[in-house]
Amino acid sequence: MNTQLFALAIFDGVAYAALVFLVAVGLTLIFGVLQILNVAHGSFYAIGAYATASLGGMVFAAGFSPYLAFPLMLIVAVLVGIALGGLIEQFLLKRIYVKEGALQLLVTFAVFMILEDVQRLVWGVQPYFESSALQALGNIKVLGITYTVYQLIVLPCIALAVLICLRLFLRRTLSGKLILAVTEDREAATSIGIDADRVYLLTFIVGAALAAFGGALASATTSVVPGMGADMIVLSFAVVATAGLGQIEGAALTALLIGLGRSFAVYLMPELQVLVPYLIMLLVLLVRPQGLFGIAQARKI
Amino acid sequence: MKKLLSAATLAAATLLGASAMAADKPSEVQIGITAFLSGPASVFGEPAKAAAEMIIEDMNANGGIGGVPVKAHFVDEGAGGEALLAEYRRLVQDVKVDAMFASISSGNCNKIAPLAEDLKILNLMWDCGTQRIFEENKYRYVFRTQANATPEMLSTVLYLLKTKPDFKTIAVVNQDYAWGRDSWAIFSTALKAMKPDVEVVAEFFPKFGTPDFSTEISRLQALRPDVILSTSWGGDLDTFVRQASQRGLTDTSTLVLPLAESSLERLGDALPAGHIVGARGDHYFLHPEKKDDAAFKAFVAAFKDKTGAYPIYPVFHISQALSAIKGAYEKAIAANGSQWPDHEQVVDAMEGLTFKGLGREVTIRADHQGVEDQLLGTTIRADGYNFAVLDNMMMFDGDAITTPVGQESIAWLSTLNADFMNSVKAEEFKH
Amino acid sequence: MALRKIIPVLLVALVAALPLLAPFTQVMLTLALAKGLAVLGIIVLLHAGQVSFGHALFFAVAAYTAAFVGKSFAGGELVAMMVAGTLVAAVTGLFVGLFVVRYRHIFFGMLNLAFSMIFFSFLEKFYHITGGSDGLQVLRPSVLGIEMERTGFEMLLFYGSLVICLAAGWATWAFLRSPIGNMMQTIKTNEIRLEYLGVSARATLLAGYVVSAALCGLGGVLMAVAQGIVTPEYAWWIRSGEFVFIAILGGANSVAGAFVGSLVYEIVRTYAAAFAADVWQMVLGVFLLAIILFASDGLVGMYNALMDRLGGKGGMRTDDAREAAE
Repeated sequence: MNTQLFALAIFDGVAYAALVFLVAVGLTLIFGVLQILNVAHGSFYAIGAYATASLGGMVFAAGFSPYLAFPLMLIVAVLVGIALGGLIEQFLLKRIYVKEGALQLLVTFAVFMILEDVQRLVWGVQPYFESSALQALGNIKVLGITYTVYQLIVLPCIALAVLICLRLFLRRTLSGKLILAVTEDREAATSIGIDADRVYLLTFIVGAALAAFGGALASATTSVVPGMGADMIVLSFAVVATAGLGQIEGAALTALLIGLGRSFAVYLMPELQVLVPYLIMLLVLLVRPQGLFGIAQARKI
Repeated sequence: MKKLLSAATLAAATLLGASAMAADKPSEVQIGITAFLSGPASVFGEPAKAAAEMIIEDMNANGGIGGVPVKAHFVDEGAGGEALLAEYRRLVQDVKVDAMFASISSGNCNKIAPLAEDLKILNLMWDCGTQRIFEENKYRYVFRTQANATPEMLSTVLYLLKTKPDFKTIAVVNQDYAWGRDSWAIFSTALKAMKPDVEVVAEFFPKFGTPDFSTEISRLQALRPDVILSTSWGGDLDTFVRQASQRGLTDTSTLVLPLAESSLERLGDALPAGHIVGARGDHYFLHPEKKDDAAFKAFVAAFKDKTGAYPIYPVFHISQALSAIKGAYEKAIAANGSQWPDHEQVVDAMEGLTFKGLGREVTIRADHQGVEDQLLGTTIRADGYNFAVLDNMMMFDGDAITTPVGQESIAWLSTLNADFMNSVKAEEFKH
Repeated sequence: MALRKIIPVLLVALVAALPLLAPFTQVMLTLALAKGLAVLGIIVLLHAGQVSFGHALFFAVAAYTAAFVGKSFAGGELVAMMVAGTLVAAVTGLFVGLFVVRYRHIFFGMLNLAFSMIFFSFLEKFYHITGGSDGLQVLRPSVLGIEMERTGFEMLLFYGSLVICLAAGWATWAFLRSPIGNMMQTIKTNEIRLEYLGVSARATLLAGYVVSAALCGLGGVLMAVAQGIVTPEYAWWIRSGEFVFIAILGGANSVAGAFVGSLVYEIVRTYAAAFAADVWQMVLGVFLLAIILFASDGLVGMYNALMDRLGGKGGMRTDDAREAAE
């Protein structure tokens, strides 16, 4: 493997990692605060992608600028976050915070199954493809290989921006600090007067919106097809568990690790490509069950 | 107790029903059709279902089968193996359908063929491609009303060799499942037999339903093969072609896409001119021999009207299966002195049957495999269509390119040589 | 009181009689029983308060073992397949268990998921060994050396499965009542106390884990033989989720719940797929939500509540429904 191929593998890995991170970070955020592993996260991702592809198709067909795709993605993400995430948290999750973890997970699993069919009823089964945003930005040649600007530059930059914004939001804003406080110790937070219910709702909306945003960004690069949510959710599970549940920066590094592992596998041992994320997860969890960046929890007596 | 009683009545009723049926004409001919109505392969199942409904409606308006109307029951292959098998049995044993059409997936055909044989139900494999079924086993009740993977891939190799004789290197990007693997085995065996000096520079089998081919495309750009084969379909094929054309791979390599007829309209301008496209048979909404035929034109228009898209190959496949069952009944009625035939007589009639769906005629051979001609073409841009259509089409004679009865495909293909290529008749057509 | 004991017996009799009345239900019921065995495995672990989201691994390991036995020995022998499949699943359970019993709750669940997804990817990727995503065919095996026609074989498989399920149900019930079963329950309530007593929580959980893997394995073999094919989907995470789903549906703390749950689940699923083809997942999802939100003790819990109201006498444990059926 020469330097050129080495560099190429890194480029491909980074572009891929950016998308995975965007989805995984929402999942880990929700887990950190609500202690729920949200299976329906995959549905938010798929719905974000479907909504962007179908709305984008209409907008561009009407002759608007393809650069409108970017604000459109943000709008879709916020809408999915509030409309779907908000409703699900208010009407379902709220009722089950007292139940045990397995039941909570199953509730999100049920939501996932329902949303799978909702997608089919709304968008049908034909693949959607809407890449105007990607095409508008054009290509760039690196080391003799053509890349799209969108994947090589824009996606990683957006992922980085999301990471930084999230960090600032959590550390510098009041809402963010409230979220952190509840994550740290719910009982103590409630006793000093923090409205934990509001924090839960806010977190779930932000997490769902991030998944939808990931889907919206992905829709420009790939066919939006039935079943895309189920694949994404296990991958983000792997990222989140490897990083340590609730670890935001950790999720970024792990996504990068998995992205690079995958692209190097394509160059060196294509047969291992699909195994890479899970192998990494397994190896990490066997050595550090709390994940690469997780903090070991004291056992409850 | 209520359950028990109603089940008992049901059992009694079915017993009575069975004894009464053999004598007279039934009130309807019932057909169970399995198709993907969910999951990625529903890109094939949904159009086929829409077409089946249109064709059956039309059939029933014109006297059905021998004066008996046809009724179809649809089963979702996407609901998983257990549900499919349970529903298959329910249709055969409880609803008592007269024939089953199963299925789209080769995996499901593998599951269902022995089951149909044991249940003694006429089963037309209406879309699946695996060539193995009739090469590895003998069946009485199972037939295939279209070609299989071998003629589909062999005709692709022939078209490639005839139109691009000087290529030196090839790479493959197929879906990682039996179709992707088997079709590559057939293609590469035939290619090596007829043009041994071709070098295979890369073989990729990305996961089924993979959303991202960036890494594969980077590697292919570095390798610069003359030809890139992909037998993928549906969303996977769309994604690959789009990502390839976005990054200029379609300018440096010729794509060979044996299933892309089913993606042409969706791909829009993502698939540029000059790439090779196949259709798993002579299936094309601008079929060179049929496009001016009034009935064909009317069907295409009505289909487009109903579904919003032009018909693709599964539509042709389901039309063939429906035309075969109609043909078989009519043949059996004639052989039975104009009396309504029993199930076994209809099965007998399938052998050697010739029938015609939306495309050219298809004949069922002694091994129950359908012999069907193959159409391939090269993409061009044409007025009136906002997606690539086919030019320089060739139609290959099904008899010459289907593995002879009793032989195994890979073994047969490896005996071919350059003379074989010249011996196969290929009719040429322009857009 | 009497009614409470009679109804389960009647239910078992009804299940046994159903295929005679409606032949097409036979295979569906066999599949439900096979899944019920796997769910039983989940219930063993639930007893210790642990939920595995990767038990489809053992289901698949055993199913593929059966397929390989069939391939290597010209069709194979049903009994050999069951023994080999269950054994391989138990041994796999031992190795996986050695790692995962160190963890609890979500980490336990996730690690199990990781193992099952690795096996799933392996099955998908190593096409030349595993047949890739199309899987391997399982030809109809002989039974104790006797070759059988499909009709006879399927009937035998169904009644055989029924007997196996009753036996496994009873054995699991006994296991959960045994000292080791009681210690497993302590892992759920107060693990530290268990350690103070000088009992290794890990060893206890490991024992339960191996039992649960073996049960899943047995179910996997029956499933493979009944379906005639094994595919990587056997190890897919949604299948693991389905097992947990059924366990909750039936009633998480009861042996009878595993089978009641899987029978109801299979029937709902089959008929939803047949009559509401467009929305069968939605039907299942709503069904699951309704159970969790409004009847979190599952079907067996509902049954007991109903009986309590009818008889006015409480005090009987849910598991006794199964005992009554023996």
